[in-house]
Amino acid sequence: MKRALGTLAVLAFFLGPLAWQALTSVWPEAELTRPLPRSFTLASYAGLHGTFARAVLNSLVVAAGTTALCLSVGASAAFAIAKLDLPGKRLLLGGALAISMFPPIATVSPLYLALRALHLRDTLAGLVLPYATFALPLTLWLLTSFFRELPDELYRAARVDGCTPWQAFVHVFLPLSWPALATSAILVFIFSWNELLYALTFLSTPERRTIPVAIALFAGEHVEPWGQIAAASVIATLPLALLTLFFQRRIVSGLTAGAVKE
Amino acid sequence: MSPRRQAAALAAPAVAILGGVAAAPVLFAAWLSLHRSILVFHEQRFAGLSNYRFLLGDERFWSALGTTAYFTALAVAAELLLGLPVAVLLQRGGGLLRAAVLLPWAVPTAVSARMWAWLYNPDYGLFHRILPAVDWLGSPRTALHAAILIDVWKTTPFVALLLLAGLQAIPGEVLKAARVDGASPARAFFSVSLPLLKPAILLAALFRSLDAFRVFDAIYVLTEGGPANATETLSIHAYKTLMRSGDFGYGSTLSVATFACVVALGVLWLRVLGKRP
Repeated sequence: MKRALGTLAVLAFFLGPLAWQALTSVWPEAELTRPLPRSFTLASYAGLHGTFARAVLNSLVVAAGTTALCLSVGASAAFAIAKLDLPGKRLLLGGALAISMFPPIATVSPLYLALRALHLRDTLAGLVLPYATFALPLTLWLLTSFFRELPDELYRAARVDGCTPWQAFVHVFLPLSWPALATSAILVFIFSWNELLYALTFLSTPERRTIPVAIALFAGEHVEPWGQIAAASVIATLPLALLTLFFQRRIVSGLTAGAVKE
Repeated sequence: MSPRRQAAALAAPAVAILGGVAAAPVLFAAWLSLHRSILVFHEQRFAGLSNYRFLLGDERFWSALGTTAYFTALAVAAELLLGLPVAVLLQRGGGLLRAAVLLPWAVPTAVSARMWAWLYNPDYGLFHRILPAVDWLGSPRTALHAAILIDVWKTTPFVALLLLAGLQAIPGEVLKAARVDGASPARAFFSVSLPLLKPAILLAALFRSLDAFRVFDAIYVLTEGGPANATETLSIHAYKTLMRSGDFGYGSTLSVATFACVVALGVLWLRVLGKRP
């Protein structure tokens, strides 16, 4: 009984605001003064402009690009840290951890000038590289701890069979590592999908905005369009709700993996 | 190629990216902070430590530092206090409950801040419907706490998951032994589980305080630092100086100061953690 009440309170606190937002998205504007709506409408969804659809697409591109970059670069580096005689491996892991703790504001001004000089400011590609500051350390840590759990004999056997370290990585270890790759990909995707500060600073054209920027700067002509903001929020949240529902176990293990072991 | 060189080659792209987008920019920011640099005027000249001298006398900086420290302390304390019972609940609950609790963590902070702004709305918000007398975002005192509540809502799930991992690492026999010795479930929890959970709690506090100290999204979307700068944190102050005023010299100084604070906080925490036997 006590536990049921506790569960109910926890669910109300964590899901209540989301439910209220979902309700707002179908709440007819004329009935906002009422305690609860008498009818539902999809007008707020229909009223969303094409720019928001672009924002969804932009977020997908940036999140997918960051995930691809960090996994392809991170997997080989993690393999080298875990299984090879890499000089300075502790420094690399420690440095990556320190970098993931950097406040992003500390790198905003130099990255802005660098992206501008490279003509990458206000482009989606120019967003992927800065996103590596938080995404690559995460990938490195998750994959390194995964590769460490695979037996060293596996590497030695591959070498005896005539593989170079690179071939051992590609033909033996990479095929085994898809669970860790999937966990890293999900987490990197979520973090990139949610990032605001870099996107807000480096993108200026409205058509290039990602979802967090579009929602942060969502403004109406006269009054605050609460219904449309709610509708946009529901759309932005839906993919994440599906990810957490299907991959809850993976996300939890990825988020706590480093913490429990170190 | 020797195996060592092959290892270095495998790690090189990651090292190059981390160096290029994280390490070098921090050094470049420190260099910029020694300049007078206004973006629109294309003006940049060396100014020595004058930005840092200005920083020491900048009341807005000190007030932002205080706000950030208050935000961090209160948010992390609340998240730990709330995260513990949630973790205990999750230990018994199934995957569906875990997914439900995880959802606030997965929602973009910009989205959740807009969502809470609607809850706080002085005309139609849910809180206004329940407590019409309070103007949540309009008064300096409540606005900061309103922002803290968003952070608590969003990151308590993360804290609870870390604590849950700690709880699951406690061997069942230890608790059983305590119960055999006559301890009540509550007593067993406070005398056996909680002390064993201390490393997990400290670790959660470390991660969360470093993360809360750089808070930007929730406050930028909710109040942009207002009313009357009451919710202006270090990241917000630095962002406005950089991007609104275009002052890349002093803005970089503020960024470096924020960075230094986070490093100091991290070192402090590592000392606390290092003292544990």
